Amino acid sequence: MPGITREEVAHLARLSRLELKAEELDHFAEQLDVIIGAVARVSDVADEDVPPTSHPLPLTNVMRQDEVRPSLTPEQALSGAPAQEQQRFKVPQILGED
Amino acid sequence: MAENLIRLTAAETAALIASGEVTAVEVTEAHLARIEAVDEKVNAFLHVDREGALAQARAVDEKRARGEQLGPLAGVPLALKDIFTTEGVPTTVGSKILEGWLPPYDATVTKRLKAADVVILGKTNMDEFAMGSSTENSAFGPTGNPWDLTRIPGGSGGGSAAALAAYEAPLAIGTDTGGSIRQPAAVTGTVGVKPTYGGVSRYGMVAFSSSLDQGGPCARTVLDAALLHEVIAGHDPLDSTSIDRPVPPVVEAARNGDVKGLRVGVVKEFAGEGYQAGVMQRFNESVDLLRSLGAEVTEISCPSFDLALAAYYLIAPSECSSNLARFDAMRYGLRVGDDGTRSAEDVTALTREAGFGPEVKRRIMLGTYALSSGYYDAYYGSAQKVRTLISKDFEKAFEQVDVIVSPTTPTTAFPIGERADDPLAMYLADLCTIPANLAGNAAMSLPCGLAPEDGLPVGLQIIAPAMADDRLYRVGAAVEAAYTARWGHPLLEEAPSL
Repeated sequence: MPGITREEVAHLARLSRLELKAEELDHFAEQLDVIIGAVARVSDVADEDVPPTSHPLPLTNVMRQDEVRPSLTPEQALSGAPAQEQQRFKVPQILGED
Repeated sequence: MAENLIRLTAAETAALIASGEVTAVEVTEAHLARIEAVDEKVNAFLHVDREGALAQARAVDEKRARGEQLGPLAGVPLALKDIFTTEGVPTTVGSKILEGWLPPYDATVTKRLKAADVVILGKTNMDEFAMGSSTENSAFGPTGNPWDLTRIPGGSGGGSAAALAAYEAPLAIGTDTGGSIRQPAAVTGTVGVKPTYGGVSRYGMVAFSSSLDQGGPCARTVLDAALLHEVIAGHDPLDSTSIDRPVPPVVEAARNGDVKGLRVGVVKEFAGEGYQAGVMQRFNESVDLLRSLGAEVTEISCPSFDLALAAYYLIAPSECSSNLARFDAMRYGLRVGDDGTRSAEDVTALTREAGFGPEVKRRIMLGTYALSSGYYDAYYGSAQKVRTLISKDFEKAFEQVDVIVSPTTPTTAFPIGERADDPLAMYLADLCTIPANLAGNAAMSLPCGLAPEDGLPVGLQIIAPAMADDRLYRVGAAVEAAYTARWGHPLLEEAPSL
């Protein structure tokens, strides 16, 4: 399998919402290349006819009664917010000017 | 008296409090004094909740004075890994991104500890988001191993294990995603149990890799671990992966250690290159011990275990890349760079850059890579197939044997700094512990001696099928009793005084 380049790490960092510094890109590219090279061995079983396991328990759709229960107050829910206004989380702009 | 109080087991402590020979406040004060005296060197605690602990202890003493029935661990102090939320008490997960956060609710484990009148002394150090095998990835500095402060106490739950070994608490809680309870237990000469996946609620336990993460008990003796196991285990409607079945009878098992007629499997793949000679020596002696106690030992083969480490380092990062997306600087935790001109997306990326350490960034990017289109089938898809093959290996093995034993870790505690910037070398510490996480089995580590070449503790791992956690305690108690008789004292008494 192919190795990983500095440009690919920059792309992964963008997807991962990590504003990496230039020197981090170099260092991580080197390390991720080694790690990916080592874990790529799993593809030895890619053609084996076995079902994938995503989870150790045979559970699907665990449901509960749709009943109102006590929960956090608005003050508690907002207590860790970096910024708040009118009982809401206040966030930086999410849309451009135009 | 105070010096004696910190060396008691949890069971002994609870009995003294129940009989009125000591008060819970005296016990708590003795441990707080010990923390004050040694934790500057050990750095096991990120936060000590002196007032909260003393208030809990006073409540226990008042209950007793009123003649109320006390639970089996009432008044016993405990060190809680800083991954469990504690209402109004800092919870950092070893990360700058949550520094200063005061959770508005208790994790289910925290709630059950409080309901059982266990006294929570504080929160213990850990690798950031439980990613690591040495506690060096904590944003708040490494923890020292009480056997040799220049060495790692294991990880990610190094703080919890070190607190036990340094007599700062008789009980602790850890979490185990790939070995984070068992590996620290092994390298500090303490006992640690990863319960069956789904055995202990994950509600309020900050998520790293949800299909692998499992909270569990840490202690200095097998019985203490069992008593704690019983307090925290059991169905929780707030965790949809929590098993709705009775908790296996772990305390009864720990009180009746016995391996007569027990079928024990030794996995032949857990040996060879990378295994320290002294570790293998102590492990082989443990196998001989089991035989001498009446167990039938068989060599078994689990060929897929060879791919477990590779599969783990795809599955855990994949799940973490998704789980840690919640740290977006909007609802809680750190926010950096919000100067009124930047977009929310830019603020998120700047915050995560500032708030996460290198190992967390590596794993998020590795997971993002493994899940991206074009690579998904080859990496994440194959890793999930390996997981099936490992479960099948275990199923086959457990047709022939009742438990599997192995060394917990390939080596004893390595020096702080030795593997810090070599992720692959660090990952090898989890070689023997990871298969049980991938399959969801129950597993324990307990001390089996000191490696002759370095005088550091070696751990014996016992693995049982899912929901057969009691077997770990039955075997563990028998091994512990035999070794304690042979050594004339518990292993920890050989640790240097701090």
